[in-house]
Amino acid sequence: MPKVKLSEYATSTIKEICESFNNSESELINVLHQTQSKLGYLPAEVQELIAKELNASTAKVYGVVTFYSFFTMLPQGEFPLSVCMGTACYVRGAEQVLDEIKRQLKIEVGETTADGKFSLNALRCVGACGLAPVVMVGDKVHGRVAPADVKKILAECKEGCPATA
Amino acid sequence: MAENKTHILVCGGTGCLASQADKIIENLKTEIEANDLENDVRVISTGCFGFCEKGPVIKVVPDNTFYTSVKPSDAADIVQEHLIKGRPLQRLLYKNPKNNYHVSDSSKIDFYKKQVRIALRNCGFIDPENIDEYIARDGYAALGTSLSEYTPEEVIDTIKKSGLRGRGGGGFPTGLKWEITRNVENDQKYVVCNADEGDPGAFMDRSILEGDPHSVIEAMAICGYCIGADKGLVYIRAEYPLAINRLKTALTQAREYGLLGEDILGSNFSFDIELRYGAGAFVCGEETALIHSMEGLRGEPTFKPPFPSVSGYFGKPTNVNNVETFANIPVIINKGAEWFSSIGNENSKGTKVFALAGKVNNVGLIEVPMGITLREVIFDIGGGIRDGKKFKAVQTGGPSGGCLTDKELDIPIDYDNLIKAGSMMGSGGMIVMDEDDCMVSIAKFYLEFTLDESCGKCTPCRIGNKRLHEILDKITQGKGTVEDLERLSLLSNVIKDSSLCGLGQTSPNPVLSTLKNFNEEYMAHVTEGKCPAGQCKDLLKYEIDAEMCTGCTLCFRNCPVGAITGERKQPHYINQSLCIKCGVCFQKCKFKAINII
Repeated sequence: MPKVKLSEYATSTIKEICESFNNSESELINVLHQTQSKLGYLPAEVQELIAKELNASTAKVYGVVTFYSFFTMLPQGEFPLSVCMGTACYVRGAEQVLDEIKRQLKIEVGETTADGKFSLNALRCVGACGLAPVVMVGDKVHGRVAPADVKKILAECKEGCPATA
Repeated sequence: MAENKTHILVCGGTGCLASQADKIIENLKTEIEANDLENDVRVISTGCFGFCEKGPVIKVVPDNTFYTSVKPSDAADIVQEHLIKGRPLQRLLYKNPKNNYHVSDSSKIDFYKKQVRIALRNCGFIDPENIDEYIARDGYAALGTSLSEYTPEEVIDTIKKSGLRGRGGGGFPTGLKWEITRNVENDQKYVVCNADEGDPGAFMDRSILEGDPHSVIEAMAICGYCIGADKGLVYIRAEYPLAINRLKTALTQAREYGLLGEDILGSNFSFDIELRYGAGAFVCGEETALIHSMEGLRGEPTFKPPFPSVSGYFGKPTNVNNVETFANIPVIINKGAEWFSSIGNENSKGTKVFALAGKVNNVGLIEVPMGITLREVIFDIGGGIRDGKKFKAVQTGGPSGGCLTDKELDIPIDYDNLIKAGSMMGSGGMIVMDEDDCMVSIAKFYLEFTLDESCGKCTPCRIGNKRLHEILDKITQGKGTVEDLERLSLLSNVIKDSSLCGLGQTSPNPVLSTLKNFNEEYMAHVTEGKCPAGQCKDLLKYEIDAEMCTGCTLCFRNCPVGAITGERKQPHYINQSLCIKCGVCFQKCKFKAINII
């Protein structure tokens, strides 16, 4: 994994977050949530700093980060794609949709394309089972997606529809 | 709901919001203002109506007119036709598929007829962001009477008599749990609400929190009063932003009204609630794992006893109940234990919320009395199987449950019957499968989930499930043997017997129940190398029927790998060595000329 040099902004943000939780070790998960929402991801250097601030071992922080699927150590793409792999979506063909996205973007689940445009994740139930199978691009939900629709969804992103639309 | 004569209730649940419900609300408001109706009509964004299949749905009260599959562009017509001309807008009414008649009143729609709404009583009726609407529907009355008229022992007694059992899956009697926690002496105790709904394909708790957050807050305060705790914690999935926001709003409002905080309603009882966020770990649904996660640790379960009731959050006595269990509490106190226990059957009282999904016509969130049969749920409420296909199996209990067949369709749904049939109640996911679903693949799907979610602490779960998955993978590739089936069953039983927590103890259930109920399908995979449902990619191929093919070139144009060749108006041909079996041609063909062999 390439080394990341933390910016001054990142360093001060992390310190502020830790302080707002009284630098308490038992607030580790809350600290990680807030840090990820501000910085986008949690590389090793971020974890080291958090460990120092909370007076915990880096191993403990790393153990927690890797335990929970919500936390990521890799930067997400400009368009984070999430395919719902809940059972309702699965029985309506989500796997074929996922396969097609993998094939077109040439990445696996958990990876980001080389140009930083797309990242791919598999989710467990978005709660929109009436629209199964569901693919999310950022916050935007695409419902009743068939493998044949994948091309269009990716093209829409590239044309510059913002991920938060 | 105050002075306005008419209310338009728009479903603001996650599913409907994904289909632009917020835009519908915006357009309705604009149209209402343009027609100077803002003093007579109010538009309210409510919690989930449950009928997700036909979303976005809206309801106009007092006449109960129910509109389905509404689009933002329909707002003008609704205002013109319904509000100004006073007649229902025919084209948006629900159409009964049996006779094609329009049904205007939601209570007369088959989907709602057999439902009994207790936990979901306010979902779709009130504005979840307005405490006054909750209070107008007897909200906080149960907390008031508990604090002023009953002792904690009396409240616990009512809950015990009601027969309420934990709705998170285990089915432990709720009143008894409260009593055990009450009887432990300690200066600090905690009430925890488990809102870490992790079942893939289940969204009951989320809908309650989004549609009626105050019912959970009220119940947690009552629980605090009963067990002697002044602090409550809601452990909620970070992936549920809408539920988190609505819960936060509700907490602020409850504090402003003096229903949380110091000296509630002048009773000397103090109670407040904080939120703790989950971060996507299924195992955290297990009480001890959940508590470790709240303490900022990896969510690994530990051995019980001691139970959380004795030693939980930071070693203090902790009462953990799930969202749906809490949502039942205020009604039980308001209406009495006898009323509640009159619903349901002998050992399972009240109702259960299910997320009905998969291959049924009416996907949605339903609440039914215990004791109803699977047939009634799937065929009456769910409207039967999609596209006229044949029912094959229903999966209850999520990754811990099992698949039931048409033989079990008439058993009454309750905790004990489902276990006897080889599945379980679980938290309420109910996935219906049809003839096109391969049961070996379904078992493999659940195993993939368990593999992902196993915390890794116990060897049988961490390594055993991996081996189970490998064997299933082999079978779906057509490389399995009959001995593999025996190995599956042997290993499954070892994992069940030797795992520490509920996750490992139940993870082989999908394998065991499909092995038992769909043995022929497994045999077809291992002895003939065939997947009868046509799902296992390695065991099937797509072929074009030359007689049916019209040469429209649609498949040729859509094939992503250029495996299809053929001239216009001539039968096409699939080059098997290039085909990646993505199924696009099969979906696109309008002439049913592509066969799965």
